[in-house]
Amino acid sequence: MKALNLFRKLGAYWGTNNTDHQARICHSTTVTGVANTWGYGAMTNSFNDIRNAKTLIIWGGNPAEAHPVSLQHLLEGKELNRANFIVVDPRMTRTAAHATEYVRIRPGTDIPVLWGMLWHVFHNGWDDKEFIKQRVYGFEETRKEIDKWNPEEVERVSGVPGEQLKRVAEMFATQKPATLIWCMGQTQHSVGTANVRASCIALLATGNVGKPGTGANIFRGHDNVQGATDVGLDVVTLPFYYGLSEKAWQHWSRVWETDYEWLRSRFDSKEIMEAPGIPLTRWFDAALLPKEQVAQKDNIRAMFVQGHASNSITRIPESMKGFVKLDLLVIADPHPTTWASLSVQAGRKEGTYLLPVCTQFESSGSRVASNRSLQWGEQIVKPSFESKDDYEVMYLIAKKLGFADRMFKNIKVENDRPSPEDLLREINRGSWSTGYTGQSPERLKLHMANQKDFDLVTLRANSGPCKGDYYGLPWPCWGKPEVKHPGTPILYNAGISAMDGGSGFRPRFGVERNGQTLLAEGSYPVGSEIQDGYPEFTMAVLKKLGWDKDLTPDELSVIQKVGGAKIDEVSWSTDLSGGIQRVALKHGCVPYGNGKARTIAWNLPDPTPVHREPIYTPRVELVAKYPTLPDAKQFRLPNIGFSVQKAAVDKGIAKQFPLILSSGRLVEYEGGGEETRSNKWLAELQQDMFIEINTSDAAERGIKDGAWVWVTGAENASKARMKALVTDRVGRGVAWMPFHFGGWFEGEDLRRNYPQGIDPIVLGESANTITTYGYDPATGMQEPKATLCQIRAA
Amino acid sequence: MARMKFLCDADRCIECNSCVTACKNEHEVPWGINRRRLVTINDGEPGERSISMACMHCTDAPCQAVCPVNCIYTTADGVVLHSKDLCIGCGYCFYACPFGAPQYPQVGNFGSRGKMDKCTFCTGGPETDGSAAEYEKYGSNRLAEGKLPLCAEMCATKSLLAGDGDVIKEIYEDRVTTRGYGSGAWGWGTAYPESAGS
Repeated sequence: MKALNLFRKLGAYWGTNNTDHQARICHSTTVTGVANTWGYGAMTNSFNDIRNAKTLIIWGGNPAEAHPVSLQHLLEGKELNRANFIVVDPRMTRTAAHATEYVRIRPGTDIPVLWGMLWHVFHNGWDDKEFIKQRVYGFEETRKEIDKWNPEEVERVSGVPGEQLKRVAEMFATQKPATLIWCMGQTQHSVGTANVRASCIALLATGNVGKPGTGANIFRGHDNVQGATDVGLDVVTLPFYYGLSEKAWQHWSRVWETDYEWLRSRFDSKEIMEAPGIPLTRWFDAALLPKEQVAQKDNIRAMFVQGHASNSITRIPESMKGFVKLDLLVIADPHPTTWASLSVQAGRKEGTYLLPVCTQFESSGSRVASNRSLQWGEQIVKPSFESKDDYEVMYLIAKKLGFADRMFKNIKVENDRPSPEDLLREINRGSWSTGYTGQSPERLKLHMANQKDFDLVTLRANSGPCKGDYYGLPWPCWGKPEVKHPGTPILYNAGISAMDGGSGFRPRFGVERNGQTLLAEGSYPVGSEIQDGYPEFTMAVLKKLGWDKDLTPDELSVIQKVGGAKIDEVSWSTDLSGGIQRVALKHGCVPYGNGKARTIAWNLPDPTPVHREPIYTPRVELVAKYPTLPDAKQFRLPNIGFSVQKAAVDKGIAKQFPLILSSGRLVEYEGGGEETRSNKWLAELQQDMFIEINTSDAAERGIKDGAWVWVTGAENASKARMKALVTDRVGRGVAWMPFHFGGWFEGEDLRRNYPQGIDPIVLGESANTITTYGYDPATGMQEPKATLCQIRAA
Repeated sequence: MARMKFLCDADRCIECNSCVTACKNEHEVPWGINRRRLVTINDGEPGERSISMACMHCTDAPCQAVCPVNCIYTTADGVVLHSKDLCIGCGYCFYACPFGAPQYPQVGNFGSRGKMDKCTFCTGGPETDGSAAEYEKYGSNRLAEGKLPLCAEMCATKSLLAGDGDVIKEIYEDRVTTRGYGSGAWGWGTAYPESAGS
C-alpha cells in the first residue's frame, strides 16, 4: 500500500498525473459509482459479515474461482441462515453450482434486470419507505426510469423471465438482511459506473445498507488493491480521494512538507497539474493518435510499468502498434510479463528495460483488504537474486531524478530502502478524508500479534490488548492513533455510536438540491448530540455549535497555520492536527457529516443509470432505442464509442461475428497470469488456453470438445487459436474465455521472445487479442465482458 | 485410539484445487501423478457438484488384500501406507481400489509402470520419520510432527476434513443438522463400513 502511495508521489514529484494502477480495469467503476451514491467507493461490510445475510445475490461475479476463501463465509451464511443464495450471471459458474436460484442474463443487460427487479419491488410495495424517507434523495426521479422496465421489456432485452425476477425481487426486498455482491461482471463494461450505481440503488430501495448482513459487498481482487485505490494511484486524484484541485495539491504539499510552488514548477502548467491523466486502458491510443487529439503537450512516449500485465488490457492488436511508438519502455516485475514478449514481437529492439522487482513476500509493510482492514505483513524470505523491493526501486529512481531528498524528507532511509513504518506514518498524517489516520504501525502490529482475540463475525476484539478494536482497524479509523477509534466494520451503520464505528451516509454532494435537503432526516448514529442530519465539520461549523472551545491550543495553532486568513474553511479533511475530528467524535458526531445517499448523480454522464447496448451487440435492433453515449473527450482523449457502435451496425458486423464474447477468471491463475503460469503445480492444472462454446453453437460449426479452433474478432481482423470447451455452462450464442493466458499471438508461440530460463511454463493466446473498443465515460474502464466473435474449427 | 479419516463435504467443495496444489507442493509430486484430485459431475449444468478424492485409508483396505508382495500396511492411526522398496508396480491395487487412488509413474518403454504412489495422509512411509530417505520416496511426514494433512488444512471452504474419524464425523453431522441437508459423507460406506449409515 505504501509502495503504491510512493508511486503516486513519484508521479507528483516528476510532474505527471498519468499514474494509474490495476483497479482501472477492475473496480474503477465501482469506486466512482459507489462513491457518487453514498460517499465512499468501497465494500460497505465485510466477507465475514456476509454470514449474517438471509438473502445473498452475487451479480456478475464468480467468487468460487476468483475469491475461493470468501466462499467459506458465503456457504456458511447460506447454511446457518438457510439463506437464499442467488447468482445472476451469463454463465452458470462454479459459484452458481451452489446457488438456490440461478438467473441467466445476456451480457451487458445488468441495468434492465436491476430495474426490472425494482419494478417488482415498487409495484408490490416492497420498498423500505421509512429508510428512503430518512436517508435517500432522488427516488421520485429514478422511479420514472424504473417504471419503463416492465417484465415484458426486461425479458425482451435481457432474456430473464418476469416470474423468476419477481421471485428474486421478493426475496431481496422482504427476506432481509440482504446483500448484493458484485465483481467484474458489473464493472468491466462501457456502462460499468451506471451498472454499479443501479446496484446501489437496489440496496437503497430495499433498505439493505448500513446494517449487519446487508450492503454492497464488492469483492476486490488482488492483495492490497483496495489500498492501491485509496492511496490514489489514479489519474483523477491525489492520495485518499482529495482530487487534483489546487486545494488538494496544497493539502499534500503541507503533509509532504514540500513547497507547493516547486511541485507546480514540475508540471507544464497549472491546468495540466489539475487535469485528470490518461488511464492505463488507453496508453496505446495516447501513443498512436495524432498529437492534436491528445490534450497534453505530446503523445505518450515513455512508459514505466511496475507489476502490471499487458494482456489484461483490451485491444492487444492496437497495443502492438503502440509498442513501436514508445521511446522508452521499462518493465519492473518479478516476471518479464507479456509486455516483454509482445513488444519484441511488435518489432521493438531498443529502449526496453526489465527491472527485477521482488514479490510482497520478500518485503514488509501494510496491506489493505477488500473490507478496508489493514494488516501488517512481515518479510517471509529475502528477495531472490538481485531483485529489489518496491520501496527501494522507487527511492533509487527518485534519487536518479534528483528529488529523493524532497520526496523522502520525513522518511528514514537505510541502505536505499525507505522505512515502511515511516511511510505509513506519513500516510497517517495526511489521509484525514478517508480515516487512514488512526492505523499507526504500532496498532497494526499489535493486531497481528493478537489475532486470536478477534471475533470471526463481528471482527471485534472482546479481550486482550486490542479489546474494542475491529480487526485491522477498517477505515475510516478517525482521528490520531491516540483517539483510539476502533475502525468501521460496516459503513453507514447508524445503529451504533460514532466511537463504535457508526455513521450515516456522507453528505458529499452539497446540503440541498431543488429545495430538498440532502442531509439525513431523523436518522443519526446512536449517541449523537446532533439528532438529525448535519453537514461536514469545518471550523465554521464548530464555531456555530460553540464546540471550537473544545480544541486544544496546539490543535488551534495548527488549524490557524493551515487556514491562514480563511480559518473557517479548514475542515475535518484538511486539519492536520486532527482536532476537528476529535471534537466531532467527542460529541458523538461523524467528522464527514450525516447526509442522504442519492439515486441521481447529476455530475455523471447518465445521472440516472439507463440501459445502453454494448458497443458490439448482436441485438442490433435495440441500438436505436438504447444507443451508447455520444462521442466525447475524456481523460485527455477522444472516446468515439458512439461512432464505433454506429459503424458496427451499419456494416452488419453482428452477421459476421454472431457470438457474444465474454471473459473472466480461472481459479488456478491470477491476473495476466505470468507469475501463476510459471508455477509448476498451477500450470499442470490448466495447460491450454480455451474458449467455452455452447453445445448447439458447437454442433452448428462442427466443433468437438477439446478440438483446436480459430476465434476471430470484430476489429483489426484479429484472430486467436485455442481449444474448444463445449459446454452448456454458457448459454446459446455466448462464448467465454479466461484472460490469464499470454505468450501466443495470432496462432504463433512467442516463447523465443522471453529472456531464456524465465519463460512461464504455460503459454497461450490472450483473450484480449479479440476484445474491442468501448470505454466507460466516467472512468475509462474497458469492455472485456461483452463484444462479438466468430469461432470455426481449426 | 484415534483413527484417521478423510471426509469431503460436497455441499462445500467449490473445485478450487487448493487441496491438490497443497499436496503437490508439500510432497513434490511430479506432473502426471495425482495423489489427490477433483472430480466434478454435471460440469456446467444444474446440479454440478465437485468432490476432492484421494486414498480414503479404508478400514479393511482392498488394496492391501490383493497386493502380491504384501507391501501395503495399516498404521496404528488407521493410515494405509506402503513400501516402495517392496512394490513391484503390478497394478493390482489400482484394480482393487474403489476410489482410483493408486498412481504409477511411467518408467520405461511401452508404458511400463513404476512403483505405486498414493496419498499417505501426510504420514510418509516405513523409513525413519522425517528422514531424507522417507521424504524422497513418500513426501513429508506431518503426522509425526503432530500436524494434519495439508490438503485439508488448506481447504478454502472447510469442505475437506481430515483427522480423528470421530471428530470429523461430529463436525459433519453438526453441519447437516444445522443446514437441514447433506449429500452424505461420500465414500464412507465403502471405506469405513463400520460407520456406514452415518
